[in-house]
Amino acid sequence: MTAGPGAAPPQAPPAPEQPQSLRIAYDEGVTDRVATLRVWRGDAGGGDFCDFEVPIQEGMVVLDAIHWIQANRAPDLACRWNCKAGKCGSCSAEVNGRPALLCKTRVEAVTRPHDRVVVVEPMQAFPIVRDLVTDVSWNYEVNRRIQPFTPAAGETAPFVMTEADITRVEEQRRCIECFLCQDVCHVLREHRAAPRFFGPRFMVRLASLEMHPKDVADRLPQLRAEAGLGLCNITKCCTEVCPEHIRITDNAIIPLKERLADRDFDPLRALWRRLRPLPMAGGGAPHRGAEPEGPAPR
Amino acid sequence: MSLELDTDVLVIGAGGAGMRAAIAAAEAGCRVVVACKSLLGKAHTVMAEGGIAAALGNVDVEDSWQTHFGDTMRGGGMLNNWRMVELFCREVIDRVIELEQWGAVFSRTARGSISQRAFGAHSWRRLAHIGDRTGLELIRTCQDKLVHTQGITLLMETTLTRLLRDRDRVAGACGYQRDTGTLVLVRARSVVMATGGWGRMYRITSNSWEGTGDGAAMAYQAGAELKDMEFVQFHPTGMIWPPGARGLLVTEAVRGEGGLLRNREGERFMVRYDPIKRELSSRDVVARSIFKEVQAGRGSPHGGVFLDITHRGAQAIRRALPSMVEQFESLAGVDITKEAMEVAPTIHYTMGGINVEAETAATTVPGLFAAGEAAAGLHGANRLGGNSLGDILVFGKRAGEAAAADARELARVPAPSRRQAEAEWRLLREPLERADGESPYGLHRELQEAMQSGAAIARTETSLRETLATILQLQERAARMAVAGGPAYNPAFSTARDVRFMLTVSEAIVRAGVERRESRGSQWRLDHPDRDPELGTVNLVARCGAGEMAVQPVPLPPLPAALRRLTEGETRVAGTALADAADAQARGRPRSPSGGVPS
Repeated sequence: MTAGPGAAPPQAPPAPEQPQSLRIAYDEGVTDRVATLRVWRGDAGGGDFCDFEVPIQEGMVVLDAIHWIQANRAPDLACRWNCKAGKCGSCSAEVNGRPALLCKTRVEAVTRPHDRVVVVEPMQAFPIVRDLVTDVSWNYEVNRRIQPFTPAAGETAPFVMTEADITRVEEQRRCIECFLCQDVCHVLREHRAAPRFFGPRFMVRLASLEMHPKDVADRLPQLRAEAGLGLCNITKCCTEVCPEHIRITDNAIIPLKERLADRDFDPLRALWRRLRPLPMAGGGAPHRGAEPEGPAPR
Repeated sequence: MSLELDTDVLVIGAGGAGMRAAIAAAEAGCRVVVACKSLLGKAHTVMAEGGIAAALGNVDVEDSWQTHFGDTMRGGGMLNNWRMVELFCREVIDRVIELEQWGAVFSRTARGSISQRAFGAHSWRRLAHIGDRTGLELIRTCQDKLVHTQGITLLMETTLTRLLRDRDRVAGACGYQRDTGTLVLVRARSVVMATGGWGRMYRITSNSWEGTGDGAAMAYQAGAELKDMEFVQFHPTGMIWPPGARGLLVTEAVRGEGGLLRNREGERFMVRYDPIKRELSSRDVVARSIFKEVQAGRGSPHGGVFLDITHRGAQAIRRALPSMVEQFESLAGVDITKEAMEVAPTIHYTMGGINVEAETAATTVPGLFAAGEAAAGLHGANRLGGNSLGDILVFGKRAGEAAAADARELARVPAPSRRQAEAEWRLLREPLERADGESPYGLHRELQEAMQSGAAIARTETSLRETLATILQLQERAARMAVAGGPAYNPAFSTARDVRFMLTVSEAIVRAGVERRESRGSQWRLDHPDRDPELGTVNLVARCGAGEMAVQPVPLPPLPAALRRLTEGETRVAGTALADAADAQARGRPRSPSGGVPS
């Protein structure tokens, strides 16, 4: 039939075409290329790398290769995954030593040219469960310790907020909790400061709450003490590995550090505090930033 | 060794529906256990992109729950449970505002209220959204609410595989923990099934490994009814190239934002199939139209059609569709601000599921409730885009409240016999003890091929019967599966159980597909291309009895006259203006012969 915009009269029913087959025959993208997946296998007791020769399909990602290995070579190879579209943050691991989502890393982009090897290992900052799977439960415990969104008493949705008000929060809320930033952060990875430092993911979380136009809770005391904001020395590795391209250091950690510095070290505010010495809540935590000080607690 | 827990309400699944149910039950004063197969916050809800449909009237003030009602009923081929649709359209408005109260951040209008976008077969701009990651916002908001609600115990990476009964009542469930293989037994006064849908039995799917129909199969085995199982939604636009990305969702928001569908010849073919709603026709219509274009030889190089949004300009595209930009960039090497996308239908959603009562989400089995994609009724024969995120909130809350009330009213603490759990654990571990046998991956692959060939977008009596024969054979072979290694984080071990669930659910899909000898909603029968008015008055319901699965017609409850009036007339067009303008402009210029993308 002739096809062209406007060729058919507006009310004409679709041409009664009987499909030849009930399914679309897709190009499977088969190639004659092969890569060697060097996959770490083991558990908390130890392990080693195993090599698997994997036939390459066009555009194949490392997670596809892992699935091929499971279906054809090692049925019990453990790997966490869900959406396979870079939206859930489950398939975090390290590819050639670099933290990455397996579902977004194309095999051909990471195959070493000299030996066609791709090294896949679990995240190093977390305890091993099995093969590529690590125990990330600590992150969920940290999240419980952060005070949730808290609007002012009596402030009820629907709220009036403009796009300009939420631009930064929007960026921070893109986080898919893949924990690659936690994995790469040297404070957690090398210095094992986990209990004293919440890590980049939760600096982003804290920032998203602190910068929410309708949130009134004060999380700066927690940032200063328990969350260990001062331990971050802004090497920006977290920003580099973030699959959502959140500018973790620039748009979350540094603004938080500024807020804290502003409160603690602003000379005018220090003078004000000296002139009006007040007992401080929580053993020395200073008062809220720009707000007028209320009656002293207790 | 096993982990044993006692609770008031057990919620199986922690997507939006499960979390909302758990929050509601805990707020009603119950102890709640939530078990989910993955980590918290990774459920399918996270993949919902376009938005949540609610007649807030922020952008189009003319919108109302009544119009939403009419759109949803017409979109569902009038097979929807009208009372569910009514409750949904009224209450979803409050559920959206509640999310904002809990800290969700939606895109805004110029006046500072929640912005709403156009979507397929919605009469007005109705979808509250945040760019194209609305599901992530919803799941994160519910997740934060959940972990800060008292009385909830969370079991992550815990797969429950059988409902336990105490006489006629559901009284808990059992299964295993994924990381260790530890067996789990949860005794509960009531159970909410919020396990989502099933798409993993198809080759081309946007579903993760979790979408295996556990909840529907478990409920069916416990005596609940499965309704409308023939209706499986093909999202019109899934990625098709490269093969690894095949099936991944391309959000309907691309069309809502003005995206044009074109065939190889550059023709805007939707004008031919639905001259009024065009690209924003309902999903069943757009999916079929794309399929027909491809089968008629007018497809794109890799077997789909072109979806073009370039006319909106890079800045607007990056703002409205950031995750689509990222997805195509990283997986296909395509810059969607400059090039058209190649798309084709992908299995996306299941309208059918566990038959529930509208007000309480109660199933036909005492003590068992179901909400979200696992339940049937709201969407009828075809779901409108944007109606699933509202579904999980409205009916998740209702299910949680009803399960809590039911648990409190129960005089006797249910005591399911341990024997039931032990029988299930034997079934789970059996493949580990077999040295040689069928591969669970192999059986899964064969099932996918059979379902894709015979029970997918286009169906015939012959294709369905052939698929059924294959399923019955696979069910026999599934008794001989063998798995190497132990139960601790062993994907073959979990696949072995998943295959059994998928075989049960696939059988229901195919048997219902055979019985519905008409084309309606997502069910497209080439041998019965038209609607049959008789079949328009019944739902098909599958029940587990002695012998084989029985599928029977059950009359629809009568639709009150006042509500019927809301379904009359046509769905109006919301927001094709951008696409129309781009198309008109393009017509004045020559087309490129292959791409259909005017440069």
